[in-house]
Order: sequence, then C-alpha cells, then structure tokens
Amino acid sequence: MKRLFPILALLTAVLLIYGLYQALVVAPTERTMGDVQRIFYYHVPSAWTAFCLFFTNLLASLVYLVWKNSKADALAVASAEVGVIFCTIVLVTGPIWARPVWGIWWTWDVRLTTTLVLWLIYVSYLVLRRFSDSAQTPVLAAVLAIFGALDVPLVYFSIWFFRTQHPQPVIGGGGSLDPRMLHAFLINLLAFSCFGAMVCWARYRLERLHREVEEAQALESLLGAPQ
Amino acid sequence: MNSIKFLYAAYIATWLIHAVYLGSLVRRYSRLRQQMKELDK
Repeated sequence: MKRLFPILALLTAVLLIYGLYQALVVAPTERTMGDVQRIFYYHVPSAWTAFCLFFTNLLASLVYLVWKNSKADALAVASAEVGVIFCTIVLVTGPIWARPVWGIWWTWDVRLTTTLVLWLIYVSYLVLRRFSDSAQTPVLAAVLAIFGALDVPLVYFSIWFFRTQHPQPVIGGGGSLDPRMLHAFLINLLAFSCFGAMVCWARYRLERLHREVEEAQALESLLGAPQ
Repeated sequence: MNSIKFLYAAYIATWLIHAVYLGSLVRRYSRLRQQMKELDK
C-alpha cells in the first residue's frame, strides 16, 4: 500500500490539472452568469467530496461503536477533518459565486444555513477530539458523528423540500447541461473525489502514527518512572 | 459583469486552503518523526 500511494497521488495530480484545464479552457462560458459560473466546477465537487467523507465518518463511527475498532476510530477522525476542509471550500466558494450573481455574499436560506450547521457540527466533533482526554471521547464523538451525518441528507434535499435561493441541481433536477460542461464537471468530480480519498488516506496514516507514538511515550514514561 | 476576478478568487481560495492544510499535515508528520527518533535513542 505504501508503494501505491505515490503512484495514486501522481495520477490524482494529473487528473486535477486536467480538470482545471477542462473547467477554465474547454467548458463553454455560461450565457447568463458568464465566467463566474466556472466556480461550479470546484464548488459542487468539493461539496460531493465533503458529503462522501462525512458518510465515511458515519460508517467508521458505527463500526467503532459496535466493535470498538481503533482503526475505525482513526478513520473517523481523518475523514471528519478532511471533510471539514472540503466543506470550508464549499462555504468560501459559494459566497464568492453568489456575490456577482445574486448581489449578496450570504443569505440565511435553507441550503446555505444547513451547510453552515453541518460545518459547525463537524468542527465541534474535531474540537471534542482535540481537547477531551477522557476515555469516553471516541464514544461521545461517534455519537456526535451520527447526529452530524443526519444533517447531510437535509443539506442535499433542502432545495427540493423548501423554496430556496440556491439553484436546483443540474443533474437530476430537471435542468440540462452542455455536454462539454458535463464532461468538465464529471472530470472535476472524479478528480476531487480521488484527491479527497488520498488526503484522507494520508491523514489516516498520520493518525495511526500519532497513536503509536503516544503509546510508546506512555510506555516509556511508565518504564522510566521511579519505583 | 466583471466576474473573472470572482472566478480567480474562488479558485485561488480553494487551492490556498488545500495548500495550508497539506502543509499542516507535513508539519505534523515531521514532528512525529522527530518524536519517534527521540524515542529510539
């Protein structure tokens, strides 16, 4: 697996560069919004990747709650942290896109507010993991992760259930997309998914290493303690 | 509509956030390697 990582990282980098070329050069300019619509090729794949990572966090948390598997707990921490990074990008690129199109940076509509709540839940999760030393922390965090994951479908389906300023989805929402736009979008979706998986993998290995070092330090302090 | 600056701002912000995060991972990894070396001594 260690040998596979650099090869996959290189492939992901190539895919991201190709995705950038598709988004900025190949995809046609949208008629009403102009070039700012190209933010779509980063905004939506980032949201998708964040959702996938939060789903990974949910599965890992459930595995930890049932089997008390420490590898699952490490994966839960890694996926939550990387998910928050991608969710931050969604919350940053969204207002940058909204300003020239809607004339405002932010509005408290359902899609935007639930996304912000989702981000806050997972930031709370990370704060809990970072600052609580209790032996019960992984269990509490896993329970919090389940509540956090409940917000993901709410964010996704909010534009179907509520009247919102956020546009309807381009795929499966009744809209149509130019084939070159669709191609650029799918390439970036794949590139961001691979990038998210690679970063999560790296973070997971880091978490495992961190735990090994902590255990070794605890053992050393025990052995070195005066009798 | 001068939207190109918003487009650049979004793309730069995306890669800046990723770069800062990846930098933090590299920093944490180097710190752990240092701690491992100290434990080996």
